[in-house]
Formats: sequence, C-alpha cells, structure tokens
Amino acid sequence: MSDGSSDPTLPAGILDGDTAIGKRVPRESAKRLVAGRGRYVGDISLPRMLHLAFLRSPYAHAIIGDIDISAAAAVPGVTHVITGRQVAEVCAPLMGVAHHRPGHRSAPQHVMAVEKTCWQGEPVVAVLAESRAIAEDAAELIEVDWQDLPAVVDAADALSPDAPVLHAEMGDNLAFQFDVDTGDADAAFAAAHTVVEHDFRFDSQTPLTLEPRGLIADFDPSTGGITVHHSGQSPFQMQDILSENLGIPEHRVRVICPDVGGGFGLKVNVYGDEIAVAAISKIVGRPVRFLADRLESFVSDIHARDHVVTARMAVDADGAITAMEMDDLAALGAYGMARRFSVAEGMMAVTMMGAPYRFENYRARTRNVYVNKPLVGVYRGVGMPFACVAQEVLADKAAAALDMDPVAFRRQNYRRLDELPYTSPGGAKVDTASFAACLDKLTAAMDYDHLRAEQAELCGQGVWRGIGIATFIEQTAYGPPYYGPSLARISVQDGCTVKLEPSGKVRCITSITDQGQGTWTGIAQVVASSLGIPVDDVEIHAGDSATTPFGGGAWASRGMAIGGEAALKASLALRANILALAGAITQADPAKLALRAGEVVNMETGMASISLAEVGRVGYFRQDTLPGDFDVELTVTHNHAHNHQLYYTANGVQGAYVEVDIETGFIRLLGHWAVDDCGRIINPLMVDEQVRGGVVQGLGAALFEQCLYSEDGQLQNGTMADYLAPMAAEMPDIVVEHVETPEASTRLGAKGVGEAGTIGAIGVMWSAVNDALRPLGASIHHQPFTPERVLDALDRANAGSENGT
Amino acid sequence: MSAEPQSMIDVTMTVNGEAVQRRVAARLHLADFLREELGLTGTHLGCEHGVCGACSVVIDGDVVRGCLTLVAQADGHQVDTIEGLSEAGALADLQAEFLARNAAQCGFCTSGMLLTAHELLAGPHTLSRAEIREFMSGNFCRCTGYQAIIDAIEAAQKASQKKQGGKDV
Repeated sequence: MSDGSSDPTLPAGILDGDTAIGKRVPRESAKRLVAGRGRYVGDISLPRMLHLAFLRSPYAHAIIGDIDISAAAAVPGVTHVITGRQVAEVCAPLMGVAHHRPGHRSAPQHVMAVEKTCWQGEPVVAVLAESRAIAEDAAELIEVDWQDLPAVVDAADALSPDAPVLHAEMGDNLAFQFDVDTGDADAAFAAAHTVVEHDFRFDSQTPLTLEPRGLIADFDPSTGGITVHHSGQSPFQMQDILSENLGIPEHRVRVICPDVGGGFGLKVNVYGDEIAVAAISKIVGRPVRFLADRLESFVSDIHARDHVVTARMAVDADGAITAMEMDDLAALGAYGMARRFSVAEGMMAVTMMGAPYRFENYRARTRNVYVNKPLVGVYRGVGMPFACVAQEVLADKAAAALDMDPVAFRRQNYRRLDELPYTSPGGAKVDTASFAACLDKLTAAMDYDHLRAEQAELCGQGVWRGIGIATFIEQTAYGPPYYGPSLARISVQDGCTVKLEPSGKVRCITSITDQGQGTWTGIAQVVASSLGIPVDDVEIHAGDSATTPFGGGAWASRGMAIGGEAALKASLALRANILALAGAITQADPAKLALRAGEVVNMETGMASISLAEVGRVGYFRQDTLPGDFDVELTVTHNHAHNHQLYYTANGVQGAYVEVDIETGFIRLLGHWAVDDCGRIINPLMVDEQVRGGVVQGLGAALFEQCLYSEDGQLQNGTMADYLAPMAAEMPDIVVEHVETPEASTRLGAKGVGEAGTIGAIGVMWSAVNDALRPLGASIHHQPFTPERVLDALDRANAGSENGT
Repeated sequence: MSAEPQSMIDVTMTVNGEAVQRRVAARLHLADFLREELGLTGTHLGCEHGVCGACSVVIDGDVVRGCLTLVAQADGHQVDTIEGLSEAGALADLQAEFLARNAAQCGFCTSGMLLTAHELLAGPHTLSRAEIREFMSGNFCRCTGYQAIIDAIEAAQKASQKKQGGKDV
C-alpha cells in the first residue's frame, strides 16, 4: 500500500494527519444551487441571440427529397430557415471509427441529414427565430418530400442477409466484430463437471439528465472566432471538434461549460445537432441558442445498453470455475459515435467478463450492428454492467447446481491478493483489487446469514425473497494507452494552475469539470491540504477552454484520480515557491519551514513567522525588499497523465434483498448495500453520494427503463410519463461502506468511483431477482424486469412443470 | 359568432412580493414567463409535461407545476419562486441540511425539491420517512438517488418539531 507519509517527495502531514483530505467537506458550489442561482445554458442570453428549433425526421429511414421552406420562412419572427445541405457547405461530416480496432466501420455522418435520414429524430432543417415557440411554429410548416424506406431496429434482424442496409458503402450493417479465444474453452466445457448457461436481453435505455442538452454558439464574423456555452462535460473535446469540423483555428474556439444539470456520459458524446448549431451561427453571424426539449431529447440523445448476450460457465466438482464463454450482440444506432466509439460497450463486456475470478479458458465474441435508431454512446458504466451481470448470474447458477452458497462460491473463486497483478482471460489488466475484503464487509453489513435464514423461512410461507450479490471491477481514469492508438483526440491528462492571491488566499484553475459530483470540492481539499490553509480559502475556476489548462474534464470516473493528482503536483510546487519566498523575506532556510493554518511556521520551533497574506503582499508589491536575483513565482501549473497505464483498477461488491410478488410481478426493494474500493477517499460525502446516485440509476435500468420501438423504428414511449425512471418512493436506503486500496502509481492514491454504483446495481438486481425466482423453477432474462416479464417468467416455469419438463 | 382568440394578453400579479405587469403571448406558460420575462431562472424546465417537478413554483401558498400553468392563470395571484423564498430566509434550515448532506448535486431538481419540501414541512402532520419519500415522489432527481434529500428533509422536520414543541402525527 502506498503510504504518503513515507514518500520523500511528499511533505509530512499533507495526505495523512489532520488535513482536509478524507473529510466530509460540503460543496461550496452547491450554495448557489440551493438558492436558485445556478446558471445553466438555458439561463444565458446574449445580445441579438436567435433561438433554434429543428425539424427532425419523423421516419426511421427515408430519402429526403425536395424541401419547401417558404411557408416557414414567411412566419413573422423567423429570421432564417437552414437545411442540412447548407450546413454541409461549412461543416465537415462526423466520422465515428476507432482506428485501433481493425475492421471497425462507419459512414460519414452529416451533422444535419442531407440526402437521407437514418433514424427517427435526426435533425433535417433548422429554424431560427426570435423565440423558440415561433421557431417551432414555423418548423411545423416545412414540407419535406419523404420517401420512406424499410427500417431495421433489432440487431439480429440487421445482420440477416435481406435486412435494409443503412450505409450502402458498407454493404451490410456489421460495424465491428471482435473475438477472444484464450486457453482451450472447448476442452474445458467438454470436461466440466457442470455447465451453466443463461441468456440475457437488455432493452435500449437513455441517460435522462434532468437538464436536457443545449448550447449557445456565438460566432463573431469580425474575428473569425467562436465562443460556445455548452451544457457539456468536456469543453476541450468540443473545442477540438468545432475547430476540426468548422475549420476555425483552434485558438479562436472558446468553449465554456456553465452549470450542467447532469452528465452521466450523456454530455460527453458528440451530437450532430450541437455541431450544426455552431455551424449555423457561423452562417448567420449571430449567437444561436438551442435547448433540446424533453420530447426531442428522447429521439436525439444517445441511447445505450441495447444488447443480447448468451453466456456459459464451466465448473469442476469442487466448484472451481474452469471456463467461461460469452456472445454479445450490440445494436449501435445509425452511425458510429465520433471520438467515443460505440464499440466500447461490446468491447468492455467481452474483455471484463469474469475478471474478478480465477479461470483460464475463455471464448467470447462481440458483434456491433447499425440499426435505424439514435446513436449509441457512452453511458455510465458503458459495457461493464454486461460483464457483471453475466458473470454473477452464472456464478449463482453454478453455486445452485453444486448446492453451494453463492457467497462461498465467490470466495473460493475470487482472485487472491497474492495473484495480483494479473490479466484476465478476456484481457483486462487488474493491478490492485480487494474482492475478498469487500465481500467480507458486505456480508457483515447485510447480515447475510440472517437474510438467508429469513428467506428460507418465508419461502415456506409463500413469500418469495431474493438475495443478490454482484462483484465488479471498474476501469477508472483511462490513460493515454487507451485513447492514444485510437487516434481520437481525447486528452486524458489534466492540468491545474494554483496561484497565491495577494491576500494570501489561493485560486485554483483546473481542467476538471463538475456536473455535481463534487470534483471541484475534492480538488480544493487537495490544494488546501498541500498549502496548509482552510478549504474555504481556495477558490476554484474551471470549465473554460480559454482560461484553464487543456485537459479531459469529468467523465469515465477520472476527475479526482487524474485532476486531483495534477492539483497535488501544482500545489506542492507552489508550496516550495512560497517557502522559498518566505525564507527570503524572513532570512530563514526554506527547508526548515512549513505551512500551517495560513501561516509560515518554523518546523523546529513550531513558531509562526509570517502569514500567507504577508507573503502575498511582499511577493506582489514589495519585490524591492528582496534579493536582486530572486524570482517570485506565485503561480504554478502542473499536469498529470499516467503515460503507460491503461486505467486505474477499482472494484466493489453489492448486495440486495428483494421480494417478488408472484401475483402482480412487482419487485419490492427491501435493502441495498454497496462496498466499494476506490482507493484513497478524498471526500467521503461526495463519494458515498456518487455511489448512491449510481445505484439508483442502476436500479432504474434493471427495473424500469426501456426505449420501446415499433418495428418501423418509431419510439413508442418518448415522454417522462412513459419512460419510467426511479422516483423517491420506489427507492431503498442504500448502505455504503468502503475498503481503501490506494492506487499505487500516484501519490494521491485516488481511483475513480463515479460508475461503480450503476455497474453493481444492475448486476445485483439480476442476481437478486433470479435468486427469488429460483425456488419456483423460474428465471428472468430480459431487463428491465417489468411486472409483465416477471409474470411471464413464472408462467414459463408453470408451463414447464405442467409439461413435466 | 365567437370572438377571435387573443394572441397577446395583459397580466398583473405579485411575484416574490413585487407587483408585476406585462403584456405577453396568451399561450405563454408561467415557468417561461418567470424565466424569460422576469429573469427568474431558478425555476427550471426538465420536461414541460408536468412529470419531473423541476418547474415547481408556489401560487397562493400552494406548490404547482409552472409548466402546466398558463401565465394567464396566475393573473391576479401571488407567485413565489425559489429566489424569493430563499432571499426571504424561508428555506434556510432546509438549505443548510441540503448542503451539509450533499443533497444537491447538479442542482437542476433542487429548486423544485426545496419548494416541495417546504410545503411538506408547513403541513400539519409529522411524516414518517416512508411518507416523506411518497410526498417527494413528484420531484425527479437523477443525481442523488434521493437518500440524502430524504435525510435532509427528515432532519429539518425534526428540528422544526423541536422548535414548535411537537405536532400531530
């Protein structure tokens, strides 16, 4: 374990001892939010700003013929009506291909459809007006000569030889296939004592941030530059894309992310409609604001998790896993996702399958297929939930087949500490992990034996309870080896500038963004600890590509792990400069000085000599009192990247206690426990609430959420009344506990945690509900577990038992 | 013969204690009126079909959906928003509990949550934790998973009871 106090480059008392690190510090930035003073992109107006509404394709697949905009353009208050063809003249198409995945194919995607449309909701015509309402009125008057084409919405159907092909140049709809073959799976399955299998279907879902997507694009024709206010997770990624696709020099592109009402990965994907807004601002030379409304969000936001999986596990007579197999079929939507490669879901599923367990033989395949639906992008957990679900359901089944307790089965098969580091048969590198320690904490917290006894007793009384256990590994803080070879210009390093203000307070300018998860608070704690000042004395500035260091932003569980380390580096360097200046002022040896409570102290005597405010005063206004050759450097910038490390490995395990009502199919959530190991915890208040929020998103995924499509590609339930997401009354209280295995390669030792709750919660629901149904001879295979699907599962079991099968 | 519907109307109301008079489109809803006409952007739009509760405002003391209320319906009434109630100090205890427990993450649901919680605390009964969850189930949050919000309201309810010396259960 990396112990900060024994690191010679780390001054004593910064990571351990009575320091801000590890404290439950509330978010300074939440003060505005609770007062109703948040500033989201919809709250910002610019002079002469126009409001944009799109005409979106009503068809899942259609040729776009003539477009008659005359009636729309004549509506009072409308200033411009702009087609996809006009936008294509100033804006290059997007292309979502991962260069490090040989064979990955896509087709160029115009930011607004030009000759044909490939999904219901694709933007086709843009109307600019004095208000959004007028723009919408006008959009309804646009006449388009649509020639609708056959559509395909199911991945399996899209692979059949007579399926409609979305992109003719591809010849078929297969975007990508990846095969894994490690050891000898055939031999292991043939020789196995027991083989268990399960098939899994996951409905398409969408992240559903409460604030929909939006941006204001403000192109200035006098400078040729553009400023964009973007409800996004990475101003740098947007800056890079706008420069590339609009041909504006990058240093003239400024992207500012104001308060953002939820991210979860939704707002780090690349959207044609958003890029089109910027292109349109360039065309008209005025600020243009676009805010997606909720109905259009459902057909234009990224979708995710639309997979069909089959999997098998082989075990020997003693309960040791000898082999696993997984076949994954993923629907991708109409195009590959630029920069973020939609293939990530399938790749993570097959790579991470079984990763916490000891086994050698593995075969897997993922096929990723284009269908006439909104683009698939990255959403919290990405492909990790599939691996968790498949391995944990099979573990439960194997345990049941061998009459073993599921916890005992896991304990036996978990990789031990002395097996670290290892690479799983799927290819997942695991550096540090704490599977057994987390499981021990979990079973104690849930009082597992008591729950099993209660379950058994109630089972005899016709009350069907299930206990779920789900183990997972989370890949956090992806590094350069992950994105670099893909050629996607995604920066996975982050930077931090810290400056001592003349008053002795500190301003911290970070490339990390914050959509509510508390990364800025954690970074302020790192700065405060390093400089011996109260957290309140640190003011954070972020979210502006023009004024912060270039970096990645907050997504994929990386804010504290990477941004915190950059803040540590910068703060320690500033500390050294402050002490050098203090030494020059007080004629003391800087090596004997430290910072504590806003003052410079002599480490030997413990006496304070001067305050930071005094250091600031002299450093900024009285250099005449310093030696002639002394350079005052009270602003320092450092960056952090882990050049050769793929990611930081985090892990966790969750438990759930549910009751299935076999009359109604309703599932009651009686208890939920999460034990997570995300390395050193900078702020337990932030971390615990990220876990809880993530769990509830996972519960929504397992129990409620689905994007339902007709066979011709029409979304059937695109409102918040029909797409069901968790509300307070349905959710349980969630117990959160931790194990801390610090990341060994950094001084801060923090790993990521943002997705852990979601990955484990989806897995634990599959485990728990199947556990409840098992005594009834039933099993569930299709997420979300709607009451109808639970009842169908019971009907299948009853039919089977009636037939004597 | 029926009259042509008016496209513009005059409305007069009290917003956060101040008299307001405007001429606006008849079809304008109250949330858009507050946000666009009066610059009171603390009221948020999450769905505009009455489900998420982000648009919650107070009319004559009752919490309503700002997106389902035409501004015309507020004519002659008293409207209070998050800004007004916050500045008046009416939400101070709740806000302190929200901050201490990290019950506001992205903040987009927070205005509606606070107004609804304020209505809960103003009610005549003490609610159990399950009843608090039920009461708050018209306000969607995607970030917190609700537990910290329920904790905050429960704590504020307890503190408020102490001040008042108990209420009917």
